[in-house]
Amino acid sequence: MFSNLAFAIGEGDCLHVTGPNGCGKTSLLRVLSGMSLSESGDVRWDGTRIDRDRGTFNQAVFYVGHREGLKAHLSAVENLQFDLGIRRSFDQADIDAALERLAVTHCAHLPVRVLSAGQKRRVALARAVAAKSRLWILDEPFTNLDVAGRDLISHLLDDHLSGGGLAVVAAHHDLPLRAGRRVPLEIS
Amino acid sequence: MENVGIFTAAARLVERDLKVIFRHVSEALNPLVFFVVVATLFPLATSPDAALLRDMAPGVVWVAALLSSTLALDSLFKADMDDGTMEQLALSPQPLAWLLLAKIVTHWVVSGLPLVLIAPLVARGFFLPTEAILPMMLALALGTPTLSLIGAVGAALTAGVRRGGALLSLLVLPLSLPTMIFGARATDLAGLGEDPSGPLYLLAALLFLTLSLAPLAAAAAIRISLD
Repeated sequence: MFSNLAFAIGEGDCLHVTGPNGCGKTSLLRVLSGMSLSESGDVRWDGTRIDRDRGTFNQAVFYVGHREGLKAHLSAVENLQFDLGIRRSFDQADIDAALERLAVTHCAHLPVRVLSAGQKRRVALARAVAAKSRLWILDEPFTNLDVAGRDLISHLLDDHLSGGGLAVVAAHHDLPLRAGRRVPLEIS
Repeated sequence: MENVGIFTAAARLVERDLKVIFRHVSEALNPLVFFVVVATLFPLATSPDAALLRDMAPGVVWVAALLSSTLALDSLFKADMDDGTMEQLALSPQPLAWLLLAKIVTHWVVSGLPLVLIAPLVARGFFLPTEAILPMMLALALGTPTLSLIGAVGAALTAGVRRGGALLSLLVLPLSLPTMIFGARATDLAGLGEDPSGPLYLLAALLFLTLSLAPLAAAAAIRISLD
């Protein structure tokens, strides 16, 4: 799908992956997250191959893919409680703050199945905020979001990058960042 | 931030899965209803003769338990694959095999344990002697988790396949035969007033074997399905 691909990102960097449909953006993100295996080459985190120390890498990474990864019969709060609960100790305040940041507090206790596609997207992204992971891997994070939602995600990325976080974002849209360094990667 | 241990993570996964199951409990009851219905069909299709039914009882209970267990397997990982939560489990800091074991345990508590508890009623309907009831329950308590563990490997292999139910049955049923044979034999021996400990020990050995290997195999299969 792609070859001769080599890059490195550091604190405050956002790799912006672009390219036409079917070029392999999602496949690249899945390889970077460790979910898919590449035919050759490797992905390293802090100098260590991610398949050699998956636990450490998984503690540092948060992936939001095409599917939200939410249980439809649980509420946004319950979904976040579980997601955080298997990663680290947490306070309810972490969850409340993340849901408030994504402006979904008003529907936080409703089953996810009754939320709109945009609200589900916001809840999925709230998990990344609450997890406080160093590396965000976001596949088309702007899908289903209105203009305000897109601005919100841009601001979230700004905050994440200015706090020393890293991000890999596959998006057809422009990525207007006010903080951090945008590293463009076009796959053709 | 403090990382959580594997037991806490497993407990949270069990709690989440139980919440999801009890919010649409009708689906969870399907295997139990199926077990009772299948067992009820045999006297209707054969004869109400007490001696015949007593002879058939161990086989009927175990065939119904095996089919019921297979029916419940399709939902074990499929929903998590479809909604993307399996991706999140695979990317969590916890070992995937351990998390899948927690899911299998939850699955057994909901689909296997009720069979163990209701089997005495079915067995009494088949005129199985009272002294055989406890060994039969013990055999089911050892055998149904084994069926869930073996089934989990098949469910993981077919989790990414659309309409993989038939394929799942073809994969799982042959591998489940030893459990069914030893389970039925233990029940049969107890019904004849003989010592059922031989097949019960074999069932226990099968349980420990599958407990050690099945979660690892299921995790490898899930990673292949996610790739």
